[in-house]
Amino acid sequence: MSDTTIKLSDAAIRKQMLADFWFYFRQNRGAVVGMWVFIGLVLLAVFAQVIAPHDPTQQYRDALLVPPFWQEGGSTSFLLGTDAVGRDMLSRLIYGAQYSLFIGVVVVAIALIGGIFVGLLAGFFGGWVDTVIMRVMDVILAFPSLLLALVLVAVLGPGLTNAMIAIAIVYQPHFARLTRAAVMGEKQREYVTAARVAGAGTMRLMFKTILPNCLAPLIVQATLSFSSAVLDSAALGFLGMGAQPPSSEWGTMLAEAREFILRAWWVVTLPGLAILISVLAINLMGDGLRDALDPKLKRS
Amino acid sequence: MFRFIFSKLLYLVPTFMGITIIAFGFVRILPGDPVLLMAGERGISPERHAILSEQLGFDRPIWVQYFDFLGRLFQGDLGNSLVTKKPVMAEFLTLFPATVELGLVAILIATLIGVPVGVLAAIKRGSWFDQVSMTAALVGFSMPIFWWGLLLIIFFSGILGWTPVSGRISLMYFFPDVTGFMLIDSLISGQKGAFTSAISHLILPSVVLATIPLAVIARQTRSAMLEVMGEDYVRTARAKGMPPRRVIGVHALRNAMIPVITTIGLQIGVLMAGAILTETIFSWPGIGKWMIDSISRRDYPVVQSGLLLIAGLVMLVNLLVDLTYGLINPRIRHK
Amino acid sequence: MKMLTRILIAASALAMTTAMPALAKTFVYCSEASPEGFDPAPYTAGGTFDASAHPIYNRLVEFKKGTTEVEPALAESWEISADGLEYTFKLRQGVKWQSNDKFTPSRDFNADDVIFSYQRQASADHPWNQYIAGITYEYYNSMEMPSLIKDIVKVDDYTVKFVLTRPEAPFMANIAMPFASILSAEYADVLDKAGTKEDLNNAPIGTGPFKFVAYQKDAVIRYAKNADYWGTAPLIDDLVFAITPDAAVRLQKLKAGECQLMPYPAPADIAAIKEDTNLKMDEQAGLNVGYLAYNTTQAPFDNPKVRKALNMALNKQAIIDAVFQGAGQVAKNPIPPTMWSYNDAIVDDVYDPVAAKAALEAEGVKDLSMKIWAMPVQRPYMPNAKRAAELMQEDFAKVGVKVEIVSYEWGEYLDKSMEPGRDGAVILGWTGDNGDPDNFMGVLLSCASAQPGGANRAFWCNEEFSALLAKAKQTADVAERTKLYEDAQVIFKDQAPWATLDHSTQYVPMAKNVTGFVMSPLGDFTFDTVDLAE
Repeated sequence: MSDTTIKLSDAAIRKQMLADFWFYFRQNRGAVVGMWVFIGLVLLAVFAQVIAPHDPTQQYRDALLVPPFWQEGGSTSFLLGTDAVGRDMLSRLIYGAQYSLFIGVVVVAIALIGGIFVGLLAGFFGGWVDTVIMRVMDVILAFPSLLLALVLVAVLGPGLTNAMIAIAIVYQPHFARLTRAAVMGEKQREYVTAARVAGAGTMRLMFKTILPNCLAPLIVQATLSFSSAVLDSAALGFLGMGAQPPSSEWGTMLAEAREFILRAWWVVTLPGLAILISVLAINLMGDGLRDALDPKLKRS
Repeated sequence: MFRFIFSKLLYLVPTFMGITIIAFGFVRILPGDPVLLMAGERGISPERHAILSEQLGFDRPIWVQYFDFLGRLFQGDLGNSLVTKKPVMAEFLTLFPATVELGLVAILIATLIGVPVGVLAAIKRGSWFDQVSMTAALVGFSMPIFWWGLLLIIFFSGILGWTPVSGRISLMYFFPDVTGFMLIDSLISGQKGAFTSAISHLILPSVVLATIPLAVIARQTRSAMLEVMGEDYVRTARAKGMPPRRVIGVHALRNAMIPVITTIGLQIGVLMAGAILTETIFSWPGIGKWMIDSISRRDYPVVQSGLLLIAGLVMLVNLLVDLTYGLINPRIRHK
Repeated sequence: MKMLTRILIAASALAMTTAMPALAKTFVYCSEASPEGFDPAPYTAGGTFDASAHPIYNRLVEFKKGTTEVEPALAESWEISADGLEYTFKLRQGVKWQSNDKFTPSRDFNADDVIFSYQRQASADHPWNQYIAGITYEYYNSMEMPSLIKDIVKVDDYTVKFVLTRPEAPFMANIAMPFASILSAEYADVLDKAGTKEDLNNAPIGTGPFKFVAYQKDAVIRYAKNADYWGTAPLIDDLVFAITPDAAVRLQKLKAGECQLMPYPAPADIAAIKEDTNLKMDEQAGLNVGYLAYNTTQAPFDNPKVRKALNMALNKQAIIDAVFQGAGQVAKNPIPPTMWSYNDAIVDDVYDPVAAKAALEAEGVKDLSMKIWAMPVQRPYMPNAKRAAELMQEDFAKVGVKVEIVSYEWGEYLDKSMEPGRDGAVILGWTGDNGDPDNFMGVLLSCASAQPGGANRAFWCNEEFSALLAKAKQTADVAERTKLYEDAQVIFKDQAPWATLDHSTQYVPMAKNVTGFVMSPLGDFTFDTVDLAE
C-alpha cells in the first residue's frame, strides 16, 4: 500500500490514510450509530459517579425488589427498580458499564500484545520456533473457548481478574496467527529486504517495519475480540466463575437475579439488555472498521 | 490424496499430545481437593485423608500420574468418575447423543435459514430485506445466549405455555434407549405423540443454540455471494446474457458455498461452548452440563477426559473440513 | 448385530408397556440432583438417598415418618445389654427380596444379608469392599463405626448381635441412617458369578416399597410399586423422578403439571406459590443451623464479651428477610427447634448497635478490622452467603468494625477455615444426619472436634461444655440426656463462640391433589404413603 506513495512525507501519508478511513467508515450508517452508542457507554462509565442516582452498593432495606417507575408500585426515586437487597438497578447498570469496558480493554490488550509478540517470533524466525509456537496455538484453539476459559478460571480461582486472564489466553492465538501470517507475507517484500540490507536490527525490523503493515487485520480482530470478551466474561459471571458479587458486572447481576425470573422481570431483563446493546454497538463499529480497513471488501 | 490425508493426520499427533498435557495438567493444578469436597462441612481427619488420597492415586508424583493416565488412555480407559464411581467413557456415551442431537438440530436450523437469507440478502443488496436481515443477524451475533434462553423460557413456557420448560421428552413416554437420539428413539418406539413431544422439548434449546451460528452463517453466505458475484467469470456470464437466476444458481451459489461449508464446519467449537450454557439453562442432560457440574465438583477424571474428548472431537471435525476442502479444491492439496 | 438386538429389546419392552393397565397411577417428583448411584453406602448426598435408600431399601431400624424417633423395620425388636455394649436384633421373617430380569431370589431376607451389608463396609478384605475401584464408605467412617463396632455375630438365621467397644447412646439413630441399608447377599453372589459386580450399584435389588425400573442419566429415574412389600404397599403404581437441578425450572414444571411435587423452591418464589390456587405447600423448620464462627483463639475474639458485643451488632432478622426472603427463622441455639433438648428458655442477644459499640469500647476494642468468610456455594442453611456477608459488613460498619469479605473455592474454603491460625470469622452451617443433638454439638463444638480433621471452626474448647456432651453421649436415658444438652446450650450462649444466624424453613410445594405426603425433619423425600386424589 505505502510503497507506491514514497514521495509523500510520513505525516501526510498518515493524514491521508485517516481521511480515507473516515470516509469509508462514515458510509456505514450502522457503524456510526454503533460508534455513538459506544461513546455514550464510555461516557457513562467514566462519569458513573456523577450520573448514577445512587451508590450501586447502597442497600435500601425498605425497598426490596421495587419495580421500575412506570409499573404499579414503582417509584421515581428508583427509575429502573431495585434488586433483591434493595440496590438501585439503574445505578448498578451504569456502574456495570465500567466493568464491561474495562474487561474488553484489558482482555484485548493482553491478547493483542501477547499474540503479536508470539506471532512475530513465530513468523520472523520460522523453523522450530514457529513449529512449537503454532502447535501450542493449535492446542489452545482445539478447545471450545468458553470451556477452556472455565477450566482456566477454575484453576486460577473465580474472580474478575482471573476471568480476564483466562479469556485473554484463549483469544491470544487468533492474534498470533494473524500476525504470523502477515509477517510471513511481508517478510519477502522488497521494503523489508531493503531495510535489512540497510542494516536494520531484528527488533527494529519486527516492530517498526513489519508490524505497522499488518495492523489492519489485527484491528478488526481486536474489535471482534472486544465484543466477544464482554460476552464471554458475562457468561463466566453467569456461571458463577467471573466477577463475584456484590460487583455490578452485568453477567454476575444476571446470575444473581436468575431466581427472580418469574417474579421480578426487571432484574433479569435489564442486565441482559445492557450486555446485548453494548456488544451490538461494538460489533456494528467493528463491521464499519472492517469495511474501512479491508481493501478487498471496499471494492465490492 | 492418501499422502495428503496421511500428512494431515501426522500433523495432528503432536497437537493431540499437547491436548493431553493441557487436559491433564490444568485439571491437576486446580485448587481444591476432591477428598475434602467429599467430606464437606464435617471435615476429615488427616489419617483418613491420607488413606483416601492413596486409594484415589493422588499421592503419587504428578508425572507418574500423567503417564499412568496416558497409558490407560491408549487402552481406551478414561478412568472412573470420583462422584458416581462409574467409567467416564460410559457416562460420556450415555450423555453424548443428547448433545449431538441438540447440536445437529441447531446447525440444521442455522443452515436452513442462514444460507437462503444470506443468498437473498446478497442478491437484493441494499434492499430493506438486506438491511433488516443483516441487522437481525448482527443482533443474533451479539446475543448473550444465556439471557436469550431465559427470555424465551419466560415468554414461550411461562406466559404462553406453548413449550415445556425442560427435559428431552414428556415423562408419559417411556421406551428404552436404542440410539440415544430422542427423535429417532421416539419414532422407533411407535408410541403415539412421542415424536411430537420430543420435538416440542427440543425446539427452544435448539433455537437458542442456533442463534449465533445462524447469524454467522447468514453473514458469511452474504459476503461470500457478494465476493463471487464480483468475480470475472460471473460478470462474464452475465455479460453474455445468461439469465440472472442461472448465473446465481450455477456459478455464484456453487462457488460461494465453499467458504460457507467451512464456516458451518467451524461452528462446532461455537456449538460446544453454546451447549455449556444452553444445557445449563434448559437442564438438558448432555455433556456441556456434565462438564460444568464436574468442574465445580472437582471430578478430575471426568474433567480431564471430557476436555480430551471434546477437543479431540473439534480436531476431528476440523480435519474433516480440511479434507473436504482439499477434495473440492486440488490446489490446496498440492501446496 | 448389536443394534438389532437393541431394537428387539426395545420392541419387547414396548409390548410390555402397552400391555400395562391404562389406569396406572403415576407420581412424578421433580428431584433436585442426579443420584450418584443406587448403593447408598458409598455416597453422601441427600438426593442419592432419596433415590436409593428410601424407595428401594430398608434398614434394621428406621426413623418414624415425620420424626427423628427410631422404630422397628427389618428388625422387629432388639435388646440392649446392661453395660450398653451388646445390641441383639430379632429380624423380621417373610420379607421378600425384589427381583429383576437377571435375579430371582431363592430365599427371604435373613441374617446373612445384615452381615453382608455391614461387613463389606467394615472390612477392607471383604470381597465386596472394592466392588467398584476406588470406592469408599464415608458415612460408615464418619459415624465412627470402625472404632465403635467390635463384632457382628449371626446368632441364628433371624438373630444378629452387634458388639460395641463402648457405650454409645446415638448408636440406634446411626444405624437408621441410609448408609446402613440392607442389601441382598444372594444378589451379590449372583452378580459375582455373572461377573457384573457393578450392577449392585446400577440395578439395585432391595426390600423397600418401590422396585427400581430404569435410570436415564441426569434425566429420569423410574420405579414401580413393590407388590410384595412387607409393610403397607404404596398407593401409587409408578414413581418417577424427573431430575431438574434449577429451582425456577422445577417450579415451572410443577405449575405445568409435569410433576406433582418438588423440593427446595427458590426463596423468591415462596410468596407466589402460596397464592397459586393449583398448588399447596407444606412447611417445616429444617434440621439445620447457619452460623458465623469467630476464631476464639485469636485476640480480640478470644474475649467472650467482644464476641457477645459483635453478636449484638448483627441484625439477624435483616438476613432472614433479604437472604431467605423470610423463609427461615433467627437462630438462638446451635441446634434447631425441631430437635429434642432444644432449650427454649434461652434469650437471644438483642440487636442494639449503640449498646454493642459501647460494649466494644468497654473492652478496649477500637478501629477493629476483620475478615468475614463467605461460602462460595448454596446450602439449605445459607442460600447466599455473599449476600449475608454484605449485610453483616454494613451492620459491623455501624459499630466501627471494618469488614473485608473473602471467599475461596469450596474445597479450599472447608480446608482453610479449619486451619488453626485462620484470620477472620467464617460463615458456615450444618445439616443434621440423624436428629441426635450430639450430631450437632458434638461434631461442631466439642474440644475433640477443634483438632485438625474436626469441624469446630470456632476452635472453641470449653472443658465444662465438652464434659456435659461426653456424659450425655454415654447416657441411655433420654430425659437425663435432655437435661445435659440443655445445660450445654446455656454455656454456649454465655460464651458465644458463634453468632447463631438462622434455621432455614423447608418448603415442599405440590399439586393440590397430592395426599399423604409427610415431611421429614431430616429432609428426606419418601413416597410410599403418597396418593393422588381424583
